Amino acid sequence: MIVDTPIIDLKGLHKSYGKHKAVDGLDLQIYKGEIFGLLGPNGAGKSTTILMMMGLSEASAGHINIAGINPQRNPIEVKRVIGYLPDNIGFYEQRSGRENLELIGRLNGLSTEEAREKAYALLQKVGLDKVADKKVGTYSRGMKQRLGLAETLIKDPQILILDEPTLGLDPTGVKEFLHLIQELNRSQQLTVLLASHHLHQVEEVCHRVGLFVAGRLVAEGDIQQLADQLFANSHPTVLVSTDSTDKEKIKKAEDMLIAQESVVSVDFRDNNFTIQHTNHDTLPIMDIFLRTQVPVTSLQQRTYGLDDIYSFYFKDSSI
Amino acid sequence: MKKYFDLKSMRVLVDKEISDYIRSKKFIILLLIVLCTSVASLYSSLSTLRNNVPSPDDAQASFFFLRVFTHSDGTLPPFHVFVSFLGPLLGIAMGFDAINSEYNGRSLTRILAQPIARDSVLNAKFLGALTILFSIFTMLIGLTLGLAIFWTGLTPSLQECLRLFLFLIVTVAYVGFWLNLSLLFSVTWRHPATSALVSIAIWLFFMVFYPMIISVIAKSMAPGMYASNQEIQAFQKFILSIMRLAPNQLYEDGTIVLLMPNVRSLSPLSMEQIQGAIPSALPVWESVKVVWTQVTALVALTVACFACSYFIFMRREIRA
Repeated sequence: MIVDTPIIDLKGLHKSYGKHKAVDGLDLQIYKGEIFGLLGPNGAGKSTTILMMMGLSEASAGHINIAGINPQRNPIEVKRVIGYLPDNIGFYEQRSGRENLELIGRLNGLSTEEAREKAYALLQKVGLDKVADKKVGTYSRGMKQRLGLAETLIKDPQILILDEPTLGLDPTGVKEFLHLIQELNRSQQLTVLLASHHLHQVEEVCHRVGLFVAGRLVAEGDIQQLADQLFANSHPTVLVSTDSTDKEKIKKAEDMLIAQESVVSVDFRDNNFTIQHTNHDTLPIMDIFLRTQVPVTSLQQRTYGLDDIYSFYFKDSSI
Repeated sequence: MKKYFDLKSMRVLVDKEISDYIRSKKFIILLLIVLCTSVASLYSSLSTLRNNVPSPDDAQASFFFLRVFTHSDGTLPPFHVFVSFLGPLLGIAMGFDAINSEYNGRSLTRILAQPIARDSVLNAKFLGALTILFSIFTMLIGLTLGLAIFWTGLTPSLQECLRLFLFLIVTVAYVGFWLNLSLLFSVTWRHPATSALVSIAIWLFFMVFYPMIISVIAKSMAPGMYASNQEIQAFQKFILSIMRLAPNQLYEDGTIVLLMPNVRSLSPLSMEQIQGAIPSALPVWESVKVVWTQVTALVALTVACFACSYFIFMRREIRA
């Protein structure tokens, strides 16, 4: 499914506004048929990168290659290939959804009739056919977002770039939207670049993720690879909850845990033990709780998710 | 092929602009104001003129149709004065939020993400607005001509048609200047209110305050009672040239010469120049020569404003 030549190839990309470096030496390869998540906090330079890829903003240095086109030299050609859904997309509110969509279709070289037919089909696809003739001003946030997606699809793009597509959508809206993107990726082999700061949504749909902080790509790979890279040197962690109020017993359990050779650290807070250890399993720890007669309500082996990865990097970046 | 496509997307954008204007409420309201005043002025001049229609062989009859546009019965100012006063307002209303409202509505990024050149957005705004202006004034002049023909039974001569056509072009250039000025401000400032207020301030300045300032200057500089002829002439020339810094003065000069074929100069003439002149109408081309500078200045101002907007717009970072 994944071909070896990247469809999006960024090398040493720089962009600075005065002294401020918005993008600083970015290298990124995205392959055909991938859903790539560009993850980063606000102001990390995600939108700037996207604008440079679209040829809407000039790069200070570096090379960009989008499906064999250099967007800095040939912005019009590259815009035929990329469907771009900007964050906070704005429509002509006085016009209906259908009119907005047909306008974009015609700007992409479709005749009036072709644009009408295609707009109709796409409105059905994104589930807006019932409100097609209402003014966009009356649309909800989710409907606008879906109309925006229809607009990006009317040009039959090879690449879909979505900038914060789920911002301001309610949970069901987010789910439907992400589902739609996955379906498009599967049925049409579309390459999708999804920029977001919502890690869970990215985790859900993306094949690969790039962590983007302060203009740099700090890590790249699928979620498991990222976790492995990050936490290779750290110890397994166990979370133990108790409903005991007997301070003496708890103190005793804590002391015994610390005394244990295999335990690296113990932290007790709000009826929760956080224990880092070097054992292969949790039996020695459970044994201590049994012996000290501290009732355990739950015991959990902690795994690292995107949350941890995210906070690990963004904690660093804020310094 | 490439060229063809550019033209095509340009047409789509111009179409969109025109339909935007036609639907927009602020434009409709202003259009109604301009139309009402213009129609009232034209109607009042027509209704007084129809009562003393010259006979076809009369010397006066030769420029009857031009007089409709300059005649006033004293209650309402003539058409061209109305246009010089209200036309700018129409132009400003069409231009002041052209670019910045798209910026603020975030529809600009969306349009620019399509395979079109960036300048075609600005060009389309300009062409769309100009098309609308052209239609409005063609319609007004055409309707008046038709009504005049219907009421008097006279037919306009070729020369009159030619002069009216030139008048139409000068009018569109004049309103086009204000349109481009406000377009420039709409590119410069993010808030439509700022660009609207600045445009209107400039309009007010030239309409109301500029003549006052000139009269103050004139008073302080006026040559004494015993000044020589040359001094008086130099003074008049100076006042006239600073008056012509105002676009509305340029427009009025232009229209007067085009619509009144008897006017042969816009600056004071000396006795030697008048002596021996036959008081007859000038041919069209001679009138055009008289107002050539004025019209060129108007067009140049328009082009300069557009060039500035173009320059700023092309270099602007697109991200909102």
